[in-house]
Amino acid sequence: MSKIKTKKDMRITVDHHLEEDVKKKIVIDTAVDGKTGKIDFNELKSGGFIKQRQKDLFTVRLRCPGGRIPVKKLKKIAEVADKYGGDYVHLSFRQSLEIPYVNYKTFNGMIEELKEVDQNIASCGPRVRVPTACSGCEYNPNGLSDTQKMANVVNEKFFGYRCNHKFKISFSGCPIDCARTSEMDLGFQGAVFPEWHEDPCTGCTICASACLEGAITPHPKTGKPIFDSSKCLYCSDCIRACPTNAWRQGKTGHVVRVGGRHGRHPLNAAIIAKFVSDEDVPKVIEGILEWYKKNGEGKGRIRIGEILMEPGNIESLAKHLEGVLGDNAIKKPRPPEPVRINKFD
Amino acid sequence: MSNVNIKANSEIEIDDSINLSGEVCPMTFVLTKMRLDALKPGQHLEVVLPAGEPMRNVPISVKEEGHKILKVEKMGNMFRLIIEKS
Repeated sequence: MSKIKTKKDMRITVDHHLEEDVKKKIVIDTAVDGKTGKIDFNELKSGGFIKQRQKDLFTVRLRCPGGRIPVKKLKKIAEVADKYGGDYVHLSFRQSLEIPYVNYKTFNGMIEELKEVDQNIASCGPRVRVPTACSGCEYNPNGLSDTQKMANVVNEKFFGYRCNHKFKISFSGCPIDCARTSEMDLGFQGAVFPEWHEDPCTGCTICASACLEGAITPHPKTGKPIFDSSKCLYCSDCIRACPTNAWRQGKTGHVVRVGGRHGRHPLNAAIIAKFVSDEDVPKVIEGILEWYKKNGEGKGRIRIGEILMEPGNIESLAKHLEGVLGDNAIKKPRPPEPVRINKFD
Repeated sequence: MSNVNIKANSEIEIDDSINLSGEVCPMTFVLTKMRLDALKPGQHLEVVLPAGEPMRNVPISVKEEGHKILKVEKMGNMFRLIIEKS
């Protein structure tokens, strides 16, 4: 158990150890290298050890925030996988590296060896999961936000926080949304509002060619842009393309999506805010987790998206976040929408 | 290749010229970059580009590599750019 104090003084208790519905500890004896010890099976369940079909064998999921693994760690992981696992490693759909075919009797030794390079084990179960993120703004030309930095902030601050159900957070650097923020319980996507300045504009029309959304039409005579902000996705292509710096970066931050999920019955997340700053992201997460806890009480394993589809709840969440979101809030947010992928007739 | 006729520009001196009307991305930028690499800083390259994807991507890449686009002219479905090497 570790306690994290956040700015807002909300106490977040990270509990990697117990499932709510399992009170009894199931303890088994293990023998590793001649030494015997005990392993708590519940710890395994919440700690990223996933039972395989094969007797005694588990897949060990590593904690890789943003899908980024320093090469030094990777070398050690390869060594550990070779020693304790099977012939391969697997990349999970949420960017974590998984080592399959590990015998539970060797867990302790494996954990110790991974700790040498500060490599931790991931989580499963009803809690905030390892955050995912796209490749990062340092080298991806489309990147508008530092998704890798933000994934680390979430990993440090919120990983493991107990919820009604799993809670997935992701960061995309631009509206292409590679990190699928619309399918997450909570997603943040980089956005920049473009501001046009008339003086430096030469009417070259490059911005109109650069805009994929038809938000910029060149004036028939002057070539200067006619901007329809309702079509703008805040991708910043016009700013990047403009040869004379007439388009400039205006309000910048994250679009906030909440209540998405994938699985059998996917939900398309609700957009509740835009241009939320990096500094406000932890406050938004805290606010949403608070609301989820309060409104999920007594409802058992339910995702936040399902709660948000109940009448009045998206408004209730908006109200709860009023103070944090301020002017960045979407005025009339719509609840998450079901996406039917398993409809056969 | 298209029949676009590249006219000399009276205001800006052109040091080299390339017609990319038959090319697609990423070759449009690669060929532009190769021509720019051969120029000296301050010299000018004239590029004729098809509208659509090449015209969307090449100016962004040229700017990101630090060069300056001095002039843009629309000629039917083509664009004519004049780029100053940085």
